[in-house]
Amino acid sequence: MSEFKQTLNSSLGKKLIMALTGLFLCTFLIVHVGGNLLLFNNDNGFSFNVYANFLTHFPPIEVIAYLLYLSILVHALYGLILTVKNRKARPVRYAVAAKSDASWSSKNMGLLGSIMFLFIVIHMGDFWFRYHNDKTMGFKEYRTDLATGETKVSDYTPANAEFSHSVSTENNVEVVRVKDLHARVAYSFSNIIYVIFYVIAMGAVAFHLLHGFQSAFRTLGWVHRKYTPVVYFIGTWLFAVIIPLLFAAMPVYYYYLSTQGAH
Amino acid sequence: MNLTLKVWRQKNAQTAGKFVSYKAENISPDMSFLEMLDVVNESLTHKGDEPINFDHDCREGICGMCSLYINGHPHGPKRGITTCQLHMRTFHDGETITIEPWRAEAFPIVKDLAVDRSAFDRIQQAGGYVSVNTGGVPDGNAIPIPKVIADEAFNSATCIGCGACVAACKNASAMLFVSAKITQLGLLPQGQPERYRRVQSMVAQMDEEGFGSCTNTGACEAECPKEIKLTNIARMNNDYFSAKLFREEEVHEQGH
Repeated sequence: MSEFKQTLNSSLGKKLIMALTGLFLCTFLIVHVGGNLLLFNNDNGFSFNVYANFLTHFPPIEVIAYLLYLSILVHALYGLILTVKNRKARPVRYAVAAKSDASWSSKNMGLLGSIMFLFIVIHMGDFWFRYHNDKTMGFKEYRTDLATGETKVSDYTPANAEFSHSVSTENNVEVVRVKDLHARVAYSFSNIIYVIFYVIAMGAVAFHLLHGFQSAFRTLGWVHRKYTPVVYFIGTWLFAVIIPLLFAAMPVYYYYLSTQGAH
Repeated sequence: MNLTLKVWRQKNAQTAGKFVSYKAENISPDMSFLEMLDVVNESLTHKGDEPINFDHDCREGICGMCSLYINGHPHGPKRGITTCQLHMRTFHDGETITIEPWRAEAFPIVKDLAVDRSAFDRIQQAGGYVSVNTGGVPDGNAIPIPKVIADEAFNSATCIGCGACVAACKNASAMLFVSAKITQLGLLPQGQPERYRRVQSMVAQMDEEGFGSCTNTGACEAECPKEIKLTNIARMNNDYFSAKLFREEEVHEQGH
């Protein structure tokens, strides 16, 4: 056991932890953006609210969720430890700033990470924490006529404070009652300050992953003439362009809807 | 050429240093950077001042002794050369040049611009020996090695241990140096018997010396006078994790 401890405490071992937690968080982003695309469904939040309910009530996902929170904390903590250690390795700074060829994002991973950490705290406080603890959060009732596929939506007030969700079918009409996270999303994203903060945070995600995704593979020692270009391609296009753009489009789209008076 | 030099002067590792400005006058553009400093030192000596202390030896780019962080670049602004190969024609007349020593906790300042790079020697020594057969002289090319592998190993072996990678790195990390020294043996058949032990000892010594860790920014690769590649670092990581996580030091539990 002490051999593993020594390995993980070495400079390379600490970077291994950074790389593994970082890559795990990257895979999470794919799932998160995929699920949240439901926000673009024009169905009064039916599919999104059902999805949010599924995420919080399906045990395997809850286990992975706690692994995810742990990964965020470990990644941030080790980032901090490594930064302090790296600063100590150069106690007297240069008078002339280094002009070496190195990408801006690679030199500012800590700054970008700090913006992201602040974002995650606010983001989880606003949605995750409220979803789990806010007793005043409303419910919606979706009645779908199974013959025609038409869905009618109305507010629902549970008789019992412990109520979380229900699915029932009466006379060929499926009745789904779930917590209305969608309304909270629409409310938050009607605030321009909030929208701007989200877009900036997604910019930070883009630049962090532009360097971070491929750097994780280098840290693991997986550099190969045939596969490294593939890693760069995925890191650049999927993680630094497509995913942050899709995420940033969500608050922008909901802000646009709020100005149209549709919500 | 007439230049203004802002030079870091520091008596020894214990005292604080500061920048002092000097005029370098009547400098030929064909002089090397070190020859320019020789001229400045000569005038300082004539005036009875202490000359500027800087490291140098072969002055033909192979010994790895010269250093100097010139205007934000180790070994000056040109790629793939050491300071002794840097000529004054790279600068323009009237320019102000800032000269600093390598800055790293693991490279304490000896005096002015000279730093103690013996941390590199200790890392190299931690690597240990390579098993070589005694006896008669072996035939040339008795061990077939693919040319690409030999080339890669020799490219890594061109590292002169000057420390520019540490100086260029924002974390003062020595990983380009250490990984080059690990790769030059790790790729070749002769280096195999001790390969996994070597990577562990050298990384352990590197950590002990107080160098930072690698962020894969690539600044070291860009500033290396011998153009050692960043792939060496990934190869070192691979060997290290392979050694630590998948290989056994001993096959059986030792009963002592």
